[in-house]
Amino acid sequence: MSANGRYLRIAAGLVVIAALIAIPANFNRYGLFILSQWAVMTIAAMGLNLTLGYAGQVSLAQGAFVGVGAYASAILTTHGWPLPAALGVSILTSFIIGWLLGYPALRVQHHYLAFVTLAFSTLAFLVFRNESWLTGGIYGISNIPRPHIFGFATNKPLPFYYLCLGSLAIVSLAVWWLIRSPWGRAFMSLRENPLRAQSLGVDTRRYTLMAFAIGSALGGVAGGLYAPLTQYIDPVPFNLSLSLDLLMMVIVGGSGFFFGPFLGAMIAVLLPEWLRFTQGYYLMLYAIAVIVLLIWSPTGILGILDRFLANRRTKTASALRAVAKSRLETVQ
Amino acid sequence: MASLLDLLVAGLATGAIYALVAVGFTLLWQTSQTINFAQGEFVMLPAFLMLAAMHAGAPFWLAIVIGILLSMILLGLAFKMLLVDPMLRHGVLPLAIATMALAIGMKEAVKQFFSAEASPFPSIVPTNDISVFGHVISLQSLGVFVVAILAVMGLTALLNRTSLGHQMQAAAQNPTVARIIGVPVERMILLTFLINAVLVALASLLITPIYLAKFSSGEVLGQAAFIAAIVGGFNQVRGAIAGGLLIGVLDNLSAAYVSTQYRAAVPLIFLIVIILFRPQGLLGRSEERTV
Amino acid sequence: MSAVLEVTNIKKSFGGITAVSGVSFDVHEGEILGLIGPNGCGKSTLFNCILGQLTPTTGEVRLDGRTVTGMRPSELNRLGVSRTFQLLQVFPKLSVRENLILAGQEHQGSMTSRLFGRSDAGLTGAANQMIGFFKLEHLAGEQAGGLSYGQQKLLDAAMAFMGGPRLVLLDEPAGGVNPSMLADLKDRLVAINREKNATFVVIEHNMEFVMSLCSRVMVMAEGRVLAMGRPDEVRANPAVIDAYLGH
Repeated sequence: MSANGRYLRIAAGLVVIAALIAIPANFNRYGLFILSQWAVMTIAAMGLNLTLGYAGQVSLAQGAFVGVGAYASAILTTHGWPLPAALGVSILTSFIIGWLLGYPALRVQHHYLAFVTLAFSTLAFLVFRNESWLTGGIYGISNIPRPHIFGFATNKPLPFYYLCLGSLAIVSLAVWWLIRSPWGRAFMSLRENPLRAQSLGVDTRRYTLMAFAIGSALGGVAGGLYAPLTQYIDPVPFNLSLSLDLLMMVIVGGSGFFFGPFLGAMIAVLLPEWLRFTQGYYLMLYAIAVIVLLIWSPTGILGILDRFLANRRTKTASALRAVAKSRLETVQ
Repeated sequence: MASLLDLLVAGLATGAIYALVAVGFTLLWQTSQTINFAQGEFVMLPAFLMLAAMHAGAPFWLAIVIGILLSMILLGLAFKMLLVDPMLRHGVLPLAIATMALAIGMKEAVKQFFSAEASPFPSIVPTNDISVFGHVISLQSLGVFVVAILAVMGLTALLNRTSLGHQMQAAAQNPTVARIIGVPVERMILLTFLINAVLVALASLLITPIYLAKFSSGEVLGQAAFIAAIVGGFNQVRGAIAGGLLIGVLDNLSAAYVSTQYRAAVPLIFLIVIILFRPQGLLGRSEERTV
Repeated sequence: MSAVLEVTNIKKSFGGITAVSGVSFDVHEGEILGLIGPNGCGKSTLFNCILGQLTPTTGEVRLDGRTVTGMRPSELNRLGVSRTFQLLQVFPKLSVRENLILAGQEHQGSMTSRLFGRSDAGLTGAANQMIGFFKLEHLAGEQAGGLSYGQQKLLDAAMAFMGGPRLVLLDEPAGGVNPSMLADLKDRLVAINREKNATFVVIEHNMEFVMSLCSRVMVMAEGRVLAMGRPDEVRANPAVIDAYLGH
């Protein structure tokens, strides 16, 4: 029964991966741009899902880390660095800043933490806008090159899409590994009951800092890919709204579910495109859809699915228990 | 360069508006754990409601009345019944995120149904300058300050001096006990939402003549009010008032003495320091921290 | 018999209120020490001071002769001091087995080895053994939040033993547990005490439970030690009778 379910899931996963590789081959430039954006935003949302969904630490600063990663990658690649090296710097920078942003979380939690990270997010935006010597100020950085990966040029939209998709695959595997490792369990213990976690030897301070640092580093990865995707960056996309959008992606998809960010980013990036026929009203419709969804299921779309499956499991389990009990009684 | 006095007056004027908005913000938090990320948009909207009424031919005073009434219906009643009530049992974070979505929706709605451009808005206080002891002072700033402070004082009197106010405070501080001693808690909570709607409408009326009516104008204002509320004390009305005035003055002084580029950074850094070292705010009581 | 835990002159005050005023006692290797006293006598505060959840105003806590006063709870736990809580403290969204693996994983290896090592930190076997020991087999895969109160209480106790502790402080393990499950719990505690040579300190209001489980009993009242001795001695102590009947 469960083995069948497992094969079914693996098969479904393979079909989705094949579709993601094969179908966009015929897409036009714009379609590929949107899909690449989906992959990039999914990576950023996965980072936030780790910090918020698994470790339970509210952050309204994920957009700022996308910005940090994007600027690091843009500055270095326009100075001739290869993208992988620039990406390394993006990751390292956002990891360190994320680590530092974790310190307030050791003192305050919940809405206070949300406010601190919100303030940080706006401060980062001010730095992007004002430190022109580094970031180009409001004029931004243009002509960001797309990389050669193993000798393949990714100038064209399709190869670059594959680069984004490949990065998403690597990040997904790494995050999957992480949340199934003892670290993932420790992160969840921070979310569920930090006091109990401490009394079981979990070093809550270090794990909290790591949850922030790793989540932020994934924001940096997303930023590092965002820069060559758009080939031009200025401060505007990295303002507070991006952080709020990413937060909405995580919550709408299903916070604390592995596939939540994939769905959430899909809805945030693709839904507006599908709603284009409604012309200017699409963002309004999106906002209404989010509110209605949250009223219905605060744990997002995957929360609905999870409740459905849990109900079914409980029913099966109680049926099995009833059978076992009746057997025991006949034996006695 | 503007004199210190000018800066102080201008700072107190914007600060008084921040205080109005921040007081509403803390009221919603106290009575129903609502962190309203759309509070800035709540200030943006009434000006457009009033403009719409004027476009329809209403005189300015009538447009103000219509604006306040519509604001009470939309931002008070409808907001509570359609969004907060069904979300409340889900907890603080999902509700806060729903208000973020609401903020997006409101901005887009105004952009679509009204205009993406900034519209001028008439002032209810005189806009000329007067001279006091040889200093030229903007009468508009002074007027805004006086009106806002009167409104805040009126509200404080309502909360502290009247039996209705005491019932509201009881409903906010301990709904269970309040219910037992016969306070109609639900009605009191609704009342705070209506009060918030009036406060934001008033703030809208005061600030829009200065910064023009624009769909995106709530962003900056919302954040300032938000900072004011936390800095002053998230759970105290007088904290929000003090926070509002403080942030208003700080904002104006840092624009003059720090740098215009980083003026916005000063209140933010102040916010971070306050949260880390005095999370209950300057005047707030410390809340029980649940682990 | 050597002392596992030595508590010397612990004081703790909050503002002007003194919750614990100068408590000293030793816990011997392998014993089960009961800690009783009327509500508000400072038992839980004393526990929290020993366990690093609170920093005592003055005084010293020594574990196997080593001073551990003011150490963080997580460090102390890795040194072999474990605890259960008065109110339910499990991880509701994790399965019973995951709860137990979590309870053991921080006791071995380093942060790095836990990141790159096996997903279950090699603890599935130990967790299953503990599940069997506490007779929770049929619930191993269930979310802990879905268990009954008594079952969660058992899981809570089981988690305290996963790291192979030297000393376990149990805060009202019997509270709210039904009689048949209580017998089970007592039976399991005695078994662990004998087999694994673990030392216990138990706060409990259920006199029958304490008197039958513990080898020594310490009575606290108003932040001080009122009496200490074998259950029958304590039961006959006039001061103890007075403290209980007087309140």
